[in-house]
Amino acid sequence: MSKILDSKVPEGALAEKWSKHKFNVKLVNPANKRKYDIIVVGTGLAGASAAASLGELGYNVKAFCFQDSARRAHSIAAQGGINAAKNYPNDGDSVFRLFYDTIKGGDYRSREANVYRLAEVSNNIIDQCVAQGVPFARDYGGLLDNRSFGGAQVSRTFYARGQTGQQLLLGAYSALTRQVANGKVKLYDRTEMLDLVLVDGKARGIVTRNLITGKIESHSAHAVVLATGGYGNVFFLSTNAMGSNATAAWRAHKKGAFFANPSFTQIHPTCIPVSGDHQSKLTLMSESLRNDGRVWVPKKAIKGLSAKDAVSLPEEDRDYFLERKYPSFGNLVPRDVASRNAKMMCDEGRGVGSTGLAVFLDFADAIKRSGKDVITAKYGNLFDMYQQITGDNPYEVPMMIYPAVHYTMGGLWVDYNLMTTVPGLYAAGECNFSDHGANRLGASALMQGLADGYFVLPYTIGDYLANMPNEKVSTDHEAFQTAEKEVKERINKLLSVNGNKTVDEFHKELGKIMWDYCGMSRNEEGLKKAKKMISEIRKEFWENVNVIGDNHEMNQSLEKANRVADFLELGEVMVDDALQRSESCGGHFREESQTPEGEALRIDDMFSFVAAFEYAGDNQPEKLHKEDLVFDNVKLTQRSYK
Amino acid sequence: MNLTLKIWRQKNQQDKGGFKDYKISDISPDMSFLEMIDVLNEDLVKKGEDPVHFDHDCREGICGMCSMVINGRPHGPKQAITTCQLHMRSFSDGDTITIEPWRAKAFPVIKDLVVDRTPFERIMQAGGYVSINTGGVPDANAIPIPKNMAEDAMDAAACIGCGACVASCKNASAMLFVSAKVSQLALLPQGMIERKSRVEKMLMQMDAEGFGACTNTGACSAECPKEISLTHIARLNREYYSAKVYSENV
Repeated sequence: MSKILDSKVPEGALAEKWSKHKFNVKLVNPANKRKYDIIVVGTGLAGASAAASLGELGYNVKAFCFQDSARRAHSIAAQGGINAAKNYPNDGDSVFRLFYDTIKGGDYRSREANVYRLAEVSNNIIDQCVAQGVPFARDYGGLLDNRSFGGAQVSRTFYARGQTGQQLLLGAYSALTRQVANGKVKLYDRTEMLDLVLVDGKARGIVTRNLITGKIESHSAHAVVLATGGYGNVFFLSTNAMGSNATAAWRAHKKGAFFANPSFTQIHPTCIPVSGDHQSKLTLMSESLRNDGRVWVPKKAIKGLSAKDAVSLPEEDRDYFLERKYPSFGNLVPRDVASRNAKMMCDEGRGVGSTGLAVFLDFADAIKRSGKDVITAKYGNLFDMYQQITGDNPYEVPMMIYPAVHYTMGGLWVDYNLMTTVPGLYAAGECNFSDHGANRLGASALMQGLADGYFVLPYTIGDYLANMPNEKVSTDHEAFQTAEKEVKERINKLLSVNGNKTVDEFHKELGKIMWDYCGMSRNEEGLKKAKKMISEIRKEFWENVNVIGDNHEMNQSLEKANRVADFLELGEVMVDDALQRSESCGGHFREESQTPEGEALRIDDMFSFVAAFEYAGDNQPEKLHKEDLVFDNVKLTQRSYK
Repeated sequence: MNLTLKIWRQKNQQDKGGFKDYKISDISPDMSFLEMIDVLNEDLVKKGEDPVHFDHDCREGICGMCSMVINGRPHGPKQAITTCQLHMRSFSDGDTITIEPWRAKAFPVIKDLVVDRTPFERIMQAGGYVSINTGGVPDANAIPIPKNMAEDAMDAAACIGCGACVASCKNASAMLFVSAKVSQLALLPQGMIERKSRVEKMLMQMDAEGFGACTNTGACSAECPKEISLTHIARLNREYYSAKVYSENV
């Protein structure tokens, strides 16, 4: 194991690690907690739950979000559900099984101890949410309902219609709101973190910009938690919210926090395809559609085949390619396999629709078999949404779908305590890399965000604070002044370029490169080309970007420019990571690493590690550190869906 | 399509503001309404003009951030969707479209189409929660809840806090927003303990923020992108009167 990367996984049997660790951590005396300040950036599931729980314990919390309300963080858009090992349906689930499924689903690229803890606290999350008044789906007897999700063999997914993320977030938001009312959390909305401040090598605060007034401000604390979500928007088009960004995590990275597995991106197979250059984001359609829909393209390429014309295309001219290639799983193959195959069909020129970048998802057989009413009951809201966006009626013509970037498994490297390589800086939720390996299972993102915030950080932060004096650092300290100065200089620089291209033009260029060369399928040649192209765009950005307005009022162009500048740096590290990992694993198909049948080939003896990148200065190559992954409790197997 | 946009431009809270006309051409019917504004903004930036500021984030109808009054209707002409879900195929070539911010005393304009909705935050802080800490709660199945109650609570909980109810109300009342939370927690056993104080405190805060009173016109529910029903306002009223009978709180 690398010397720098100490995962701090406790000794002992897997199932006892967390209990023992909770006993061994140092505690902050209840009367002393109010002497410590904690900053939490981001108010999604991880951030809101952490801020609320830490406030309840008695710490002084400052919480930050760039939206106008903490309730709007993008966790709110999660549809499907949240996993927990309750085993209410009596179908054989257990903490170990949830752990096993998560490790296996992540294609053996995550840390055993973290994943086990996640499965262990999953049950507490459901209890907590119900107590907050989250209206989960129930059965007629009044008990909670569960469904099977994303190919799981057990029904362990709790849900609130198609709005589980919304309901869980509003639950965490209500707990946060209560602490705001109690004076234990001070909330800063429309405020964006632009730098991390270190004093004596420890995270001691942040520099922010007030998005209404443009004011640059410093905030001092004893510890900083980043719960700022993922970086899928590097691709420009993704299912992320428009404002989702990597700035907080990236600035922390540049201050010493290692970035782990940056190339691990999840691409979701069932999204509504791009309709033109104006497209600003992509909309996910629930994966459950593949339970009844059949995926197909024409056997022979038909240019611009519309959904309307497809209805009359005879059966013998259709290729139900997932059913053909994977007879036992058919249309229900995992996300990465479904996505990659759709891309292959389009690459062969057999894609459909005006762009040729789509495949059909056809419900005609399901409607014939079960009747329209049954299909409406199952998917009515999704069909309506599809028609709203595309204008096509999926009851009459097949849907068109195409894969889209959905989630980033990579993120800031953290140890077992969720602390980054910067002492006192923690990362939670999608912002860290810890639990999903190379591929995340459906309904596990909500679980991880809330596990980190409600049940992990409140213990592990106390351990850190108990070991440090409670003296505060003034924001007059040189470190804050320097950071503020740098932030202001950068903003002035962005505003003074006065070039010819808009921020969005640069962002779209970056996104296209990332999608073409660092997306579902990658090869060395393409990645090397991408690296060069990104570095050229980055150079051009700082010479030719046009940011309108000034820094003394709300300026959405400036907000975007600041974020895209960071995406341009992060994108290059994602490519570096994809280059070094010359194996196929999880959702990532490396063309040089495939089985004779053309399926993904993982190479465990060479790549069973976490790749953690260390910032080494502007325009310097990042330094790669490796944390070896050791599997004592599961046997590594190759996935097969034939 | 070619369109004329009449857009409310206001530099900041102090500025008086006014409508400005913009011509926009080659708009695809497949664009979303906000993508059409994106196109306009790219043009404006190219010309060196300040782009139209507007709130938006998820663009899939759930975060509650987007907030435009389009041709006099919050979230535009279609039922049960947010502005971000509105597509240009709902308009015709040659149309003139008027775009304004939410209008309400309690929601001052920050810039252009962006308004300050923090009064909603303070209403929630007044009591929109169950006062429990993390940990130490009963097993999730310890208290069965009838399915229909859970469903009704979910109907109320679907509120996205966008403020269209306020924008559509002639009194700029926040009653539908407040009732959604009061109703959700009044329906569930978890909310019972604080049921009386919650409704009193939240309503008092609504008044303090400068929202108007409810006169049961129903525009809020008609324009609500999540179709929150007036039944929740009825339930709020019942909760409020019964709380007042025994009031120990406000």
